[in-house]
Amino acid sequence: MHELGIVFHIIKTVERVGEENGLSAVSKVTLELGEVSGAIPRELIDCWNWAVRKSELLKGAELVIETIPAVTLCESCSQTYETVRYGRICPNCGSDLTYLVQGNEMNLKEIQAC
Amino acid sequence: MDKVRIIEIRESVFADNDREADRIREGLKRDKTFLLNLMSSPGSGKTTLLMRTIEALKNEFDIGVMEADIDSSVDAEKIAKTGVRSIQLHTGGMCHLDAGMTEQGLKEIGASDLDLVILENIGNLICPADFDTGAVRNAMILSVPEGHDKPLKYPHIFTVCDVLIISKIDVMPYFDFDLEKVREYALMRNPKLEIFPVSARTGEGMGAWTEWLKTQVNEWNNGVKLLTE
Ligand SMILES: Nc1nc2c(ncn2[C@@H]2O[C@H](COP(=O)(O)OP(=O)(O)OP(=O)(O)O)[C@@H](O)[C@H]2O)c(=O)[nH]1
Ligand SMILES: [Mg+2]
Ligand SMILES: [Zn+2]
Repeated sequence: MHELGIVFHIIKTVERVGEENGLSAVSKVTLELGEVSGAIPRELIDCWNWAVRKSELLKGAELVIETIPAVTLCESCSQTYETVRYGRICPNCGSDLTYLVQGNEMNLKEIQAC
Repeated sequence: MDKVRIIEIRESVFADNDREADRIREGLKRDKTFLLNLMSSPGSGKTTLLMRTIEALKNEFDIGVMEADIDSSVDAEKIAKTGVRSIQLHTGGMCHLDAGMTEQGLKEIGASDLDLVILENIGNLICPADFDTGAVRNAMILSVPEGHDKPLKYPHIFTVCDVLIISKIDVMPYFDFDLEKVREYALMRNPKLEIFPVSARTGEGMGAWTEWLKTQVNEWNNGVKLLTE
């Protein structure tokens, strides 16, 4: 269960930040998630809602997911294109020498707390 | 009522784990212990390769093996038969090992007085690639029956590995497996990747792989200086 492992890591990090900043309750955590990061938003939220119940600091906190679109760069023609729509083969020139430039992210953006 | 505030973090979800992994590596350096993280799909031949590798190196190094199967101890028992120290790690049903779990394992196995510890990670190509375990080197096994297009399907793991072992090359005649293609695709993802085609069954290629590992262990544990003496 990949999503659950990720959720546990987010909770661990938020708990550390909470301690460092003397927070008493976290109400919202915002995650930036790349379109092809491999984690499924729906699953993350399900795991989150289950896992935060066991945390003093995060009880009832909401997980907000902001999606980062995936973009691929073609080495052959130097153009970028939408990864999810076209996949690995460049739609402009047909080359397979392509690299993901964004869309793999899994960043903890911010937390709302008191 | 406390005032609600926003705290910016702007860090990868894996950042805390990465820092913990760096601390583990510092400890390993101090203790002169080399940790190899071995990743692959299920059934790619990890345990078999490990047994052969241990046979080749056990006179040279004190070796330990940490097995991370989700819920069986079959592999740990097999490894124990080679006479080296081995333990079963407890992953709580998780699909990967993180730095924290690895650190517990290192303590349990008594890594500080071993020269080489090999971690057989959980069998999949996605999750373990995201989590730095604190290993000195990352290796992955790709077996011939899995096909040569794996680097295209699972690019991330190829970028985090130092070594790619192509296993079960003795069955290559029966599969539509193109060794040159796999090299090309894998190096496209990671130009620094070392590639060793091996068969744990016939022993072909095993020498080059174990020599590489031996050199890595000596460099880490003794520093490059000793090697040139
Ligand atoms: N032909 C051939 N078969 C091999 C070789 N290495 C392993 N096998 C076979 O492949 C199967 C799986 O090998 P294991 O070593 O158990 O693989 P593993 O990756 O440890 O498997 P899990 O721990 O279950 O994921 C066994 O039937 C082995 O006999 C090889 O070099 N050549
Ligand atoms: Mg095994
Ligand atoms: Zn192109």
